[in-house]
Amino acid sequence: MDSRISDKLKILADAAKYDVSCSSSGGKRKNDNKGLGNSEGMGICHSYTEDGRCVSLLKILLTNYCIYDCAYCVTRKSNDVQRAAFTVQEVVDLTINFYRRNYIEGLFLSSGIFKNADYTMERLVRIAKKLRQEQKFNGYIHLKTIPGASEELIKEAGLYADRLSVNIELPSEQSLKQLAPEKNYTEILLPMDNIKQQLVQAKEESKLFKSAPVFAPAGQSTQLIVGASAENDHQILQLSSGLYKDYNLKRVYYSGYVPISSDSRLPIITGPPIIRENRIYQADWLMRFYGFSASEIVDEKQPNLDLEIDPKLAWALRNRYMFPVEINTADYELILRVPGIGVKSAKKIVSARRFAQLSFEHLRQMGVVLKRAKYFITCQAKSLHRHDFDSQVIRRKILFGDGAVRSSLLTQQLDLFRQVG
Amino acid sequence: MYLYTYDGTFEGLLTVVFEAYERKAWPVSIARAYLVQPDMFGESITVVTDDQKASRVWSGLQKKLSVEAQQALYYAFLWEQKGYEMLVFDYIKLVFDSPVSIEGNYAAPCVLQLQQVHKQVHREKHRMEAFVRFQKTSDGLYFATIAPDFNVLPIVINHFEKRYADQRWVIYDLHRKYGAYYDLASTLLIDLEETGSKALQAVLLGNVLDEEEDKYKQLWQVYFDHVNIPERKNPKLHQRHMPKRYWKYLSEKQPKIDLKSERLM
Repeated sequence: MDSRISDKLKILADAAKYDVSCSSSGGKRKNDNKGLGNSEGMGICHSYTEDGRCVSLLKILLTNYCIYDCAYCVTRKSNDVQRAAFTVQEVVDLTINFYRRNYIEGLFLSSGIFKNADYTMERLVRIAKKLRQEQKFNGYIHLKTIPGASEELIKEAGLYADRLSVNIELPSEQSLKQLAPEKNYTEILLPMDNIKQQLVQAKEESKLFKSAPVFAPAGQSTQLIVGASAENDHQILQLSSGLYKDYNLKRVYYSGYVPISSDSRLPIITGPPIIRENRIYQADWLMRFYGFSASEIVDEKQPNLDLEIDPKLAWALRNRYMFPVEINTADYELILRVPGIGVKSAKKIVSARRFAQLSFEHLRQMGVVLKRAKYFITCQAKSLHRHDFDSQVIRRKILFGDGAVRSSLLTQQLDLFRQVG
Repeated sequence: MYLYTYDGTFEGLLTVVFEAYERKAWPVSIARAYLVQPDMFGESITVVTDDQKASRVWSGLQKKLSVEAQQALYYAFLWEQKGYEMLVFDYIKLVFDSPVSIEGNYAAPCVLQLQQVHKQVHREKHRMEAFVRFQKTSDGLYFATIAPDFNVLPIVINHFEKRYADQRWVIYDLHRKYGAYYDLASTLLIDLEETGSKALQAVLLGNVLDEEEDKYKQLWQVYFDHVNIPERKNPKLHQRHMPKRYWKYLSEKQPKIDLKSERLM
């Protein structure tokens, strides 16, 4: 009995792990009923995998039986892997017992599609309902919306789940046709739009009635696979920028394609494109927290992100006319655009300069990292270097100068590119 | 040169502030009474904790400080690293002496340090909320031990009360030898060694555990192994997020349980 559950867990955790989202933040569920758990505010990473990713949720598939044959997916019909399925009760027991021991923040439940979309979705909803109603569980629940599931089921899912997500996976219709022939964009975007409408409606209702039912209070997210198809970074960032604007997504996740499949429709790569994925995340952050638009980061002329340097530094080197920025007088928005200065440092600077004229020493004490920033700022009209360097020199100094630490991963992956290219 | 000693409580430290202002005698050091060595230089003043004096200082601070800064002061007290009492004192003195709010004045050394200490203690609190692992005992109690770098137990209780409102639990600090026990109604501070129980270990073993405890611990270990993507292995990042000194408390980092072999025995 025990070893059976353990075997299922092996198979169904293995199959779910390529879904990179593990966020458990943004929930609003309080433990008002003296039940189990809460999911207010910040999420907690209870552990970290050996690849350094946060483990916050019990992330599993209900089953990895699937009627679809998407080339990039381990669970695809034609793949020769062990199949398994949890019962509703098994998922409930695992979630509750893991949660009570403080292993997890909650459940992330997805599934292969068996029989049809509604049949699968109905089971996911039933698990969430059981957790909420029978177990008085107030922890975090993230449900995957099965493409093609009916509006009613999505609506019900939102009553019990904190977050809903529909994965787009492939960044263009063309790739989708090629790699996931049974899926289409309409089928994916329709539920996404549906969830958005429900979210808007629930928000309006809660303004009118305090007791209005909540709908997925942590919003919706999606995932794009990077490196399984030919899209460049410009196309990917344009798409996510649109998703943030048009569908009010909380997050777009990017999953560097792990070569798990020998399907002939896919490119042959030796390892997941970890550096590229990291640069795309940095660009995503620039769009969400730093006031950058997608077209400032990459455009048709330079459609791909520079792998060697971060996108903010790359932007600054292309736009030297904006610099140097005087730390004591510049607007917050401009200080945010200085390479190496993050949101926290920028806020600290703006706060501290009300009391005193700031010097480089002040910045250092505050913990502002000057390695990159020093080429782009002045303090009381003074600069840390005597010459004006051109962009190429700055780039070289930051990459190879004193104190430049390059992760072994970066060197390794870039060398790999050189060998191939 | 005035050396103040006090009883090691937060109220005691606030009383020191009160006395120092009353005497206009500014301390060069403040220390817990039992830790102090007799000093040939300077005058030593022993302060007796006085709740009224302490609360006068605190309400004075409440008028001039945001809730966040008040919290930062208390966190600095829980920090317990060398010189923490003087840090708290210097900050309070700056607050009272300055006509305008000093929050955000990171050019002043004690404001900057208090902010950094606040962050350190907050991070340790957050780590405890993440890394506590309860083991269920045969009488239905959920038990966990911790040994945090700073004295964060008082500030994590609220989190666990809210989260585990329907189960009895104990979190015990092995370093500082005290714990918190939640009995479904309220939380008490407890001292297990005085009650005569044998030496506590980081992990409970054997027959005091619930019969399903090993099963779920093993399932958690299985999950931890299988959620990993070996192609992306990154041990440096792994250790940065989960420093080795915490591993002894983490179920997923303990020797693998093999249920099958146990059944054979």
